[in-house]
Amino acid sequence: MSPTLAIMTVGILVPFIILLVISFWTRDGFGFDTTFTTNNYVRAWSEPIFGALLQRSFWISGVATLVTVLLCYPMAYYVAFHVHRNKMMWIILMTLPFWTSYLLRVFAWKVILGYEGVINSGLMTVGLIDQPLEFLLYSQEAVIITLAHAWAAFAILPLYVSLEKIDKSLLEAATDLGDGPVARFFRITLPLSMPGVIAACFLIFIPTTGDYITPALLGGPDGAMIGNFIQLQFGRVNNWPMGATLSIVLMLWISLIALVFLFITRKAQEKIA
Amino acid sequence: MSDHGTYIKRPNRPLQIYAVIFLIVLYVPVLFIPLFSFNESIYVRFPLEGFTFRWYRELWTREPVWNALFNSIKVGACVAVISTILGVIAARAITRYRMPGKSALVTFIMMPLVIPGIIFGVALLVLLSRMGIPLTLYTVGLGHLIVCLPFAVATLLPRFEGFDPSMEEASADLGENGWWTFWRVTFPMVFPGVVASLLLTFTISFDEFIMAFFLTGTDPTLPMYIWGQLRFPQEFPSVLALSSLILFVSFILVFFAQWVGRMGLDEQNQEAL
Repeated sequence: MSPTLAIMTVGILVPFIILLVISFWTRDGFGFDTTFTTNNYVRAWSEPIFGALLQRSFWISGVATLVTVLLCYPMAYYVAFHVHRNKMMWIILMTLPFWTSYLLRVFAWKVILGYEGVINSGLMTVGLIDQPLEFLLYSQEAVIITLAHAWAAFAILPLYVSLEKIDKSLLEAATDLGDGPVARFFRITLPLSMPGVIAACFLIFIPTTGDYITPALLGGPDGAMIGNFIQLQFGRVNNWPMGATLSIVLMLWISLIALVFLFITRKAQEKIA
Repeated sequence: MSDHGTYIKRPNRPLQIYAVIFLIVLYVPVLFIPLFSFNESIYVRFPLEGFTFRWYRELWTREPVWNALFNSIKVGACVAVISTILGVIAARAITRYRMPGKSALVTFIMMPLVIPGIIFGVALLVLLSRMGIPLTLYTVGLGHLIVCLPFAVATLLPRFEGFDPSMEEASADLGENGWWTFWRVTFPMVFPGVVASLLLTFTISFDEFIMAFFLTGTDPTLPMYIWGQLRFPQEFPSVLALSSLILFVSFILVFFAQWVGRMGLDEQNQEAL
């Protein structure tokens, strides 16, 4: 255990502490002014651009999460309840693209949604449109579609596991007692698969809020997210302390949203039960 | 699982159709990359203009592609071996010993799975620069190690869980020392998990972008090389050819990894999952 822990400590804990420390510094030419100050946090709170970017990031990831979970639920349901042979084959098939390069999967969407991309040139060849549709690329919708497609596996797996665990005799009991398929679904299947739904929401929402590649390739100015802004601070703007502050702020917001979400779902489940 | 209650398990036609469409939508976007890589035209658009191997031939003669490829293989191989060794140590300790705060430890190891990659990237970047360590392939490797470890542990854990510790005790009773017990009893039983972990972590490192984006010095990995080329529209066809090759290799490696990783686990896991 100890070597693994040591690596993880060096690779996770120590960098986070340094990140936290540096977020209280300020830029000084090409170096840092190491006097402790909360200036960056004040700026992150008071300047509207930061709040707007954070809000947009959470909005885009929130919608992408919702879309992904809604689209993946029936699929996971199908494999859990209606596939009886080669279940593992289905699971592998559904998760296989997820293991391949994220960069290339996002790039594929650029090829599809581009100004002269698959959709535009295809529709023009068929004659349905004579001008390329400009809203396809460089928009929030493009980012949402790409995120939903790229993170599907993160929804499928937890949903499948929670659905598969459901005791089938409960469904039979409900049917015997006169529930139709719809009532059975809302009274048994959905509540019992809630842990999977919650896990899927976390697994998609948290990493996508800080996503860099998708908004960078497909977002344009309207679809830029907080990750792009953090990268700018470490790149062209060269204000590392500000970038560190934004990273910390992002993590704090994510934790807060996650806690509120957990609290609400807890309460809702208690109400149902 | 017995098959009574057939009225619940009746085949559901709409759901079946949905599942097929889901799989098509999952795979088709990625398939446009190889499709256009064989297209004669320099523009990525319909109608296709003719079949050619030109872009692949061109890749063959490019020095920087080969350099980037060797960099990626070097990093990937080292990361795969180290993260799998650390994964074996961690998985063994997690399943074998009782320790306080074990679940917190597992959560800690799994953290890189959910925290936005950009935050790990900048945190490591800040740490390395404060320590005065120059950015090289080693720093990229360190970043990849953090990303890969959760996957190694997740792949290896079921192997160690599904194995009876009394086997090891028997070996010890029969006079083998700790090292030989591990080598002759433990290792053969977890071997498929080790192979799967090696293949998966290699693929993840080989395809990883965001860590490399922050931690690369002057030697680019393959995804970094592709990222650099994306700025030049005239390079699109060769990027498509290169991407097709990467996707092809990744799919094969991952499929093989999934298949090996589930060998012998199938019966018990399909029930338990």
